[in-house]
Amino acid sequence: MLREGHEVSCLDEDPESHARLEVGLDKGWEDLGGQFTVGAGLETDALVAAGIEKADAFIASTDGDNTNIVIAQIAQRRYEVPTVITRILDPLRAEWYERQGMHTVCPTRVAIDMLETAVREGLPRGATPPDGATEAA
Amino acid sequence: MYIIVVGAGKVGWNLARELLEKEHEVTVIESNRRRYLTVEQELEHNVSYGDASELWVLERAGIQRADMVIAVTGDDEDNMLICQVAREKYEVERIIARVNNPRNKPHFDLLGIKPSVSATDLILRLLEHEVPEYGLVHLLDLQEEQLEIIEMLLGKDCGVTGRRVGDLQMPEGSLLISVLRKGKGFVPGPDTVLEVGDEVLAVLDPGHEEQLKTLFGPADNGAGAGG
Repeated sequence: MLREGHEVSCLDEDPESHARLEVGLDKGWEDLGGQFTVGAGLETDALVAAGIEKADAFIASTDGDNTNIVIAQIAQRRYEVPTVITRILDPLRAEWYERQGMHTVCPTRVAIDMLETAVREGLPRGATPPDGATEAA
Repeated sequence: MYIIVVGAGKVGWNLARELLEKEHEVTVIESNRRRYLTVEQELEHNVSYGDASELWVLERAGIQRADMVIAVTGDDEDNMLICQVAREKYEVERIIARVNNPRNKPHFDLLGIKPSVSATDLILRLLEHEVPEYGLVHLLDLQEEQLEIIEMLLGKDCGVTGRRVGDLQMPEGSLLISVLRKGKGFVPGPDTVLEVGDEVLAVLDPGHEEQLKTLFGPADNGAGAGG
């Protein structure tokens, strides 16, 4: 998104993550206009330092579902960020929060769908499940 | 009442014990296998293994018919979301959440998780209660003997300095037992005149603390109580 000309700011607890951002870039992250802040997503100070107050979009994609759901609600309710997207691995909860009006992305769901498609494509034509029901796809 | 307690740490386990003693129906949910096995030896079928962040774990514990959900894990995000889901999805009437890090308290409020209980806050409040500006320190509770001993530092604005101990209208059931002045302690008599900077010890029946605080507090309060 940085390459497309957007202003992108990353917040991460681990200072080392900065190096990962620069993999495959010909210039430094900051030289390209990116911002990087070290801090925890639940810390109000860190969110403000990362620029949440002027953000048009906020993506909560830490490795913890619970953290993401909480931070996303903070971004939505306290900072009124217009677009908030939340990564939730647990499909059941992703579904419920989606119904509550949260914009969620569930990588597990996406992976299941892709794997299912791959399996179906690998099956010989006309193959039917063992119980004889016709294939849905 | 049917109560679900999430987290079988020290708080959760002891809470569950108390609730069971009071004859409530209780299920404790614990996500750490080893901890679960330890607690299960005592609580048996009243403890359930699983991550209560997951909806099916809550449903297996019967959250649909729960009257109360108490989230006391060591993780604030877990406590917040478990309570949020309990109230908003399963319409549990009463929820209580534990706040581990007091800095997260505004997040609980933002998500409408009430009441939330923070041990740090409780201790702070207790400290304020026990150590107000004129320095009343709760030294000892003799519960069996039904007595308390407290220490008070007499400040500049204290209402009793310059007065004879014999003239003080000490609340019934309380007694000044010693005065520490310039590093030396003595037992005050009726003629002892109290000075600014004195540290006095008093023994009292429980419940007389407020009266003593008023008497030994800033002059405007003290005068009212003395009259």
